[in-house]
Amino acid sequence: MVPPIFMSSRSWLVPALLFVVVAFAPMYLAPYHLLLIGRFVSLGILAMGISLVWGQGGVLPLGQGVFFGLGGYALAMHLKLVALPDGELPDFMQWNGVEQLPLWWKPFTSAWLAVAATIVVPAIAALVLAWLVFRRRMTSVYIALITQALALAFATLLISRQGTTGGFNGLTNFDTLFGASLGDDRTRVWLHVVTIGVAALAYAFARALGATQAGRLVTAVRDGENRVRFLGYSPAPYKILVFVIAGVFAGLAGALHTLHSGVISPAMVGVVPSIEMVIWVAVGGRTSLFGALIGTVLVNVAKDSISSEWPNAWLYLMGAVFILVVVATPRGLAGAAQSWLARLNRPRRTTSPRSADTAEPTGKEATTP
Amino acid sequence: MTEPLLDVQDLHVTFDGFRAIDGISLQIFPRTARVIIGPNGAGKSTLLDTVIGRTRATRGRVVFRGQDVTRLPEHRIVRAGICRKFQTPGVLEQMTVHENLAIAVRRNKQWWAHFRVDLDARERARVDEVLLEIGMAERRGRLAAELAHGEKQWLEIGMVLASDAELVLLDEPTSGMTPAETDRTAALIRRLAERHTVVVIDHDMAFVEKLAAPVTVLHQGRVLKHGDIQTLRDDPEVIAIYLGRAKKQDRAAS
Repeated sequence: MVPPIFMSSRSWLVPALLFVVVAFAPMYLAPYHLLLIGRFVSLGILAMGISLVWGQGGVLPLGQGVFFGLGGYALAMHLKLVALPDGELPDFMQWNGVEQLPLWWKPFTSAWLAVAATIVVPAIAALVLAWLVFRRRMTSVYIALITQALALAFATLLISRQGTTGGFNGLTNFDTLFGASLGDDRTRVWLHVVTIGVAALAYAFARALGATQAGRLVTAVRDGENRVRFLGYSPAPYKILVFVIAGVFAGLAGALHTLHSGVISPAMVGVVPSIEMVIWVAVGGRTSLFGALIGTVLVNVAKDSISSEWPNAWLYLMGAVFILVVVATPRGLAGAAQSWLARLNRPRRTTSPRSADTAEPTGKEATTP
Repeated sequence: MTEPLLDVQDLHVTFDGFRAIDGISLQIFPRTARVIIGPNGAGKSTLLDTVIGRTRATRGRVVFRGQDVTRLPEHRIVRAGICRKFQTPGVLEQMTVHENLAIAVRRNKQWWAHFRVDLDARERARVDEVLLEIGMAERRGRLAAELAHGEKQWLEIGMVLASDAELVLLDEPTSGMTPAETDRTAALIRRLAERHTVVVIDHDMAFVEKLAAPVTVLHQGRVLKHGDIQTLRDDPEVIAIYLGRAKKQDRAAS
């Protein structure tokens, strides 16, 4: 009788526990590993955004690196400026003969404005893009191509404007944020806790959205855009909504990742990283928010350990893993876990009268053509 | 005389030079039922497509309740009070029967009104009512993908009902149904016609007869005849287009 939108509170239990356990990681992980987990969970926030747009909305975004970059650069610009004595320019500007701070760098002197920009700038960029493509009823294939082209253009732009963007090397050598030294152990712990907190909030927000009528309509538009349209809904706003949320998630991920890794560069925003992001989500399970997060962490842990041993093998291996997952379990690790749990639960379920009376006609129904 | 609810005025639709609709004028009055029949390619589905905005008219107008809807976006036409059931069941397969109806029943279809989890009391009551009307109350928790073909058709009729559209367009509501299911659908549509204005497209004569509604015959994008089914059955021209089609099919088969 209860519609599945009110999923059992049990499905919140495992993610909540994991978030808490990982939040306490500074107590049991070595600093190097702590840093890695922080980076990978940041990327996981972006992955949850892809899960929303792709898994729940049915639109494949191949340019999430752009929004990741917008968030990352917004914070990195502030970090760059705050490390300078008054009146001095960032190192790369001096090398490139830039004599005055460009106007669009000025707002980033303020830490609060910069933090706000990590959310607002990707949101506006995502809104404008989504507005243009979804209003025109572009199909998923074209949107994939357009976002991909955008990632290429963004990375190229960053590289070509070396004097104001740091070019190929990006922005690095950061010092303090809000007066706290980034190398400090206490700051590291805080940064870790904040990252896990943001990830947990993003997850809870996306889950809650999925339970509202708007969230159901996102999925309804994926499965039957015309049916929804001919019930009197305009499908575009729902796609725009999830695309903007995914953009914000990517921006937050970019900012947090920059703090953990100490660098943001075009190598993290272009075509290849944007495709890699989609692979993380495919491996984790695109229809599952938590699956996307777990998939991202696992793939990146594997990448880190394998590419440090055999630097050349990683790309081949990732390709192989991607193909394997898509063939063996199209719904990713989350899908595999779900069907495994369902198999475990089945013998017990038949004893419960309510499940038994729904389970039996299902079998009958399946044989009806 | 009352105003017509739907007034199709000299409608033309051309696809790459092919005249799918070649000057149809049609008036449908409130709280009446109308059946549109005709052989394949007569323009029946195109006519409904044009009314609902899926296909655009090359000439002519569609006026609904005095408002010209010819150029409105699809969802605005629907919000004006027209709802259409498609030929192949267009239910949302990955959702339950109840969720399908819940999406159809919502009064406010602006996106910013949907950040709630529950329907309001009136909408909930309407969903329950529709579930009873289409006889699927005990199926409400079932995924639409698991329903039998006939049940999907009823669910989609239910969605059209739940939307409380004044004008209901049904495109071959009995396609793929068993005779028993067809009977039940005919009864459902007759009940529907008491509260809504209904336009049904079909070419199953036995079913059309059960609907007991005036019939319009389309042929090659034009209105050929208008009348009740008993008269039309014996009309030589109607027989000719239907038999002509049958003969052609025989020839093609042999």
